[in-house]
Amino acid sequence: MLQHVLTIFIASALINNFVFSRYLGLCIFFGVTKKMETSIGMSFTFTAVMLISAALNWVIYNYVMIPYHLGFLKIVIFIGTIAAFVQAADTIMKKVVPALYYKLGIYLALIVTNCVILAVPLLNAEENYSLFESMAMALGSGLGFSLALIIMASLREKLELADVPKSFQGLPISFVLTGLIALAFLGFSGMITL
Amino acid sequence: MYEQLSTLLIQILSRTVNIFANKLMPMVGVEGGAVADGSIPWDTVIMTLIVLAALGIVFGVALAIVAARFVVKADPKVEKVRDVLPGANCGACGFAGCMGYAEAVAGNPDVAVSLCAPGKAAVAEKIAEITGKKAEKMEPKIARVFCQGGTSLSQRKFIYTGVQDCTAAVLAAGGGKSCEYGCLGYGTCMRACPFDAITMSADDLPIINKEKCTACGKCVAACPKQVIELALMSKAVVISCHSRDKGLEVKKKCQVGCIACGICVRTCPVEAIKVDNNLARIDHSKCIVCGLCVKKCPTSAIHDFIPMRPRAQIDPAKCAGIDACSKVCPVNAISGDPKAVHLVDQSKCIGCGMCAARCPKQAIDMVSATPGVMKKSHVAKAAVSAGA
Repeated sequence: MLQHVLTIFIASALINNFVFSRYLGLCIFFGVTKKMETSIGMSFTFTAVMLISAALNWVIYNYVMIPYHLGFLKIVIFIGTIAAFVQAADTIMKKVVPALYYKLGIYLALIVTNCVILAVPLLNAEENYSLFESMAMALGSGLGFSLALIIMASLREKLELADVPKSFQGLPISFVLTGLIALAFLGFSGMITL
Repeated sequence: MYEQLSTLLIQILSRTVNIFANKLMPMVGVEGGAVADGSIPWDTVIMTLIVLAALGIVFGVALAIVAARFVVKADPKVEKVRDVLPGANCGACGFAGCMGYAEAVAGNPDVAVSLCAPGKAAVAEKIAEITGKKAEKMEPKIARVFCQGGTSLSQRKFIYTGVQDCTAAVLAAGGGKSCEYGCLGYGTCMRACPFDAITMSADDLPIINKEKCTACGKCVAACPKQVIELALMSKAVVISCHSRDKGLEVKKKCQVGCIACGICVRTCPVEAIKVDNNLARIDHSKCIVCGLCVKKCPTSAIHDFIPMRPRAQIDPAKCAGIDACSKVCPVNAISGDPKAVHLVDQSKCIGCGMCAARCPKQAIDMVSATPGVMKKSHVAKAAVSAGA
């Protein structure tokens, strides 16, 4: 059981890394990795939102949607749940911990419509994971995404000082770089066979 | 014509309904658990509506409760203060952006109104008006460059050809300059300045525009050599060197470095200069900006940011011949017998203002000199003073 959960965790963090092998969440990935500071802030917020929204959606999926045979409404209901939860978190954070709100609040708005956040509950539902397994999946995905952000941010800070041809400056060279890292992440694929 | 159109419309409508009922709904129904026999699974449709409506209501009510329970009362003062602030989000106040400062200054009685460096006194006054706090006097500050050793006046230990940026150059054995305390001259501070107040001179030294500089401190943070410091604008005499090398070493590396000879220490009439660790520093709380040290410094390391100093002139009607002025004059520019009207030798006067401060009769005025009188002592100096 524990080994299975660990497998899910590692698989979602490294082998099926959302950025480098599923190519999801690229808008945030390229948006916030210009600075290390913002990418670390984004990583924390992202992982936290991922865990809570996966748990919420698991409960709704298993106790509302399955009994009433409404599995086909996954996308609509999951988006609604995530949006409602993020909005509530935004409001509560602003009141309770304003310091944290001003540090991380800007990322919350970006997260609402993020595909990785939506993909995790969808995959959980598809694989019929238990709550424990779903949490492992969410944590793995969140940390995998954070890893991708931090790798990219540190590389892009170096890139600032590199002599890049003019036509490749900015986003193009970042895409090239992402492709190279994705190639490296391909090496994880043989590590665990699911 | 109309009949044809209406039949066509009805046909299209019935087609769409048929397609929807026969093709789409069964497809949905398969996953929804209904039987795919071509009929519309009404119970699934109704359940969908009920569940979605219920979830919508639950989320709506939950959000409404959260919004009511965790409401943050916005202070109207905050908005007003933010409108007054320059909006550069430079962080010189020590808060996270202009909004952060606006909230702090409106909400916290201990936060001073004068923290906005770009806004200067005018903004401080407006904030004081809005928040009802007292505006204390704020002395304007400016960024000062503590290096005059441009490429023509200093030695290099190697030729650096990497990325033209100080933060990159400093990684390569501390940069190409042989003086490890000096300005590297690749303009990182210029790019960091949010107000375009810094330009690079032909000698690769930053020139700070007195009008544009707001003393936000961005350049101070950006400089990897800590060459730039914030200083009071009124204290315009600065020892523009950070070298803590021994005098002989400094001489080898740079023509305009402080060699810690101590002449300025002995010259200073108010004992404001001290040599510490091979570098002379001015205590600006004591300095009277007389400019005597500038004239005496053998390496021209001390820079006077006042472009044209006024000259002393004695008003014959007020002068009582007390002779205090001639005693205090450091360059013996004042002559005259006791109890007779004294005279200032304009060619000798350096405009330090010490006689004017001393005269009990207020008979001495400091009058602005004609531009031709000022002599240009150094190439680098002229470049720096152009920006001062």
